[in-house]
Amino acid sequence: MARLTIESLRKFFASTVAVDDFSLDVADGELVCLLGPSGSGKSTILRMIGGFEQPTSGAIRIDGQDVGRLSPDRRPTGMVFQSHALWSHMNVFNNIAFGLKLRHLPRAEIRRKVEAALELVGLGGYGHRQTFQLSGGQQQRVALARSLVLEPKILLLDEPFASLDQHLRERLREEVRDIQQRLGITTLFVTHGQDEALALADRIVVLRNGQCEQADAPDVIYRNPQTQFVAGFIGQMNFIAANVEGGTFRHPEMSVAIGAQDGPAVLAVRPEALGLVAAEGGAGVTVVRSTDFGSHIMVDVELSDGTRLKAMTSPAMRWERGTRARLVPSAYALYRDNKLVVSGTVGASTAAPAFGAAPLVV
Amino acid sequence: MIRTYSSTSGRFDWTGFLFAVVLAIVIAVPLLVVFTWAFTEIWRYPAVIPQKFGLRFWNQTLSRADVWDALSISLQLSATVTALSALICLPAAYAFARMKFPGRDLFFLSFLASHAFPKFGLLVAIAAIFLQLNLIATFWGVVLIQLVGTLMLMIWIPVAAFQAVDRRMEEAARDVGAGPLRVFWSITLPQAGPTIFAAVLLTFVSTFYETEGAWLIGAPQIRTMPVLMINFINNQVVIQYGAVLSVILWVPSFIALMFARRVIGTGAFAKGFGA
Ligand SMILES: Nc1ncnc2c1ncn2[C@@H]1O[C@H](COP(=O)(O)OP(=O)(O)O)[C@@H](O)[C@H]1O
Ligand SMILES: [Mg+2]
Repeated sequence: MARLTIESLRKFFASTVAVDDFSLDVADGELVCLLGPSGSGKSTILRMIGGFEQPTSGAIRIDGQDVGRLSPDRRPTGMVFQSHALWSHMNVFNNIAFGLKLRHLPRAEIRRKVEAALELVGLGGYGHRQTFQLSGGQQQRVALARSLVLEPKILLLDEPFASLDQHLRERLREEVRDIQQRLGITTLFVTHGQDEALALADRIVVLRNGQCEQADAPDVIYRNPQTQFVAGFIGQMNFIAANVEGGTFRHPEMSVAIGAQDGPAVLAVRPEALGLVAAEGGAGVTVVRSTDFGSHIMVDVELSDGTRLKAMTSPAMRWERGTRARLVPSAYALYRDNKLVVSGTVGASTAAPAFGAAPLVV
Repeated sequence: MIRTYSSTSGRFDWTGFLFAVVLAIVIAVPLLVVFTWAFTEIWRYPAVIPQKFGLRFWNQTLSRADVWDALSISLQLSATVTALSALICLPAAYAFARMKFPGRDLFFLSFLASHAFPKFGLLVAIAAIFLQLNLIATFWGVVLIQLVGTLMLMIWIPVAAFQAVDRRMEEAARDVGAGPLRVFWSITLPQAGPTIFAAVLLTFVSTFYETEGAWLIGAPQIRTMPVLMINFINNQVVIQYGAVLSVILWVPSFIALMFARRVIGTGAFAKGFGA
């Protein structure tokens, strides 16, 4: 049972605002991903929870107890660093046993716990190895075991797999998810990779400039981004800027009837919700490139104002470079000043060879 | 051993060879001469090789009580000075490397300042003060004067060593429940260990060979090995005494070198300097 509550957390470094009025509630056993571009304050939030940075203001509570002023060694949190930070003068066993020794556990129990932790991360029998004899993935597993062996209430991971190759990253991500669910440990996972967040999280918190843009389940984040930033940050997204006039978003190549006030706005359409139909004569947009991904074809088109869009089409249809096409959106969202104004689907009457209601594709 | 090679062909690298030869002459020949003298009984001009080898002067030197006294004093002094220097400088070096406090840079400079003055002038000034404090010709007087000389080495190198320790490692130790002192003892010190060991070794050896301070403050009661050697050379025409003492004095630095080699061999020495 561990519940993490963060209230109006702020952190200033001299004149830079690293974290600005950040609040979050993490339920027992939940895995929340902090997702955002580099410099958005993810690490700073995690480090404040771990006790490595002092908040400028705000509260951090674990199971209702305010831990904001406690030093890291007195907090029930366990941190896994991006650079694994294993102690190279100790072997794997001693790395994991160090925290247990500080707690003055009996020798036999330490041995039993360390071995169990090694088994848990799939490194049974690696205790006698030196840390530099391990691969990058194995080192991160040891770092994870080092934290888990102490049974922390909150597990904090700061881009733990960022320095590993794609394949390994995907495997470790699944293992972490597995272990986390088995132990039911409340976890905060920092990443700048959207695929990692989508694959791992019960809930994603999208950060920008130290502020929370949106906190929701992965599918909600993907299908109902509440800000233009989130729409552009998660998955692929087309943005078209134009004016709304008399209830219609008017762009020379794409007009959509929309329930919004007049004025400049940005229309967002996912590639899988953007269909193409062949246009007669010189009308429509120009196909710039067509990339075959096997399961689908991604067609890049250019609008008259120079905007480039991506449309996901079925492999049944070939689009040659230079071909003219007409855009047929099936689902859209309209943003003004980064805020969502309205989202909707275009009626079935504009029949399009689109992919229907936006499958989750990244 | 010096490997000579050229990048393009198998041609002999004359520049490298000459360089090696010159180095060998400059370093090895004086050593060889001193060694030879130490084991010589008769060696008259113009012979290239001594007329008579023998251990007579070794017996004579080693049977002198003042030699053993000086050796004992030297070892005690070096050990005390090194221990005190480590005790004072290592925590200070850690503070300089890791902490931010007002006047940090000024404080750091003051540690190094003792080496910015002409040394002998400083020593004379200190001697004048020691005279009033009744520290002249006492063991602790010499300890104090030699301690000042070790500060720079014992600060500068450990600061570099501590700065090279990954902060995340220290944070990870805090995270699993270690307090600041425990982190320093169990993580920082072992990580910086090889480099700090080298600094301690260098301090010990340089204190062992230190003469000016030991002579100025210690004379006449406290006589260290190097001071004794200078006396021998100044007062006696017999070269062999000096040569034998030189060889004896060479032993600690040789042992230190062997230790240092093992440390450097692990590559940790260079790592301590942030390489
Ligand atoms: N110790 C520090 N001193 C000064 N500025 C810092 C420090 N740590 C982080 N920052 C600043 O705070 C902001 C957020 O940084 P960080 O939390 O590391 O972002 P992220 O982990 O999302 O990449 C950045 O602008 C960064 O430059
Ligand atoms: Mg970061």
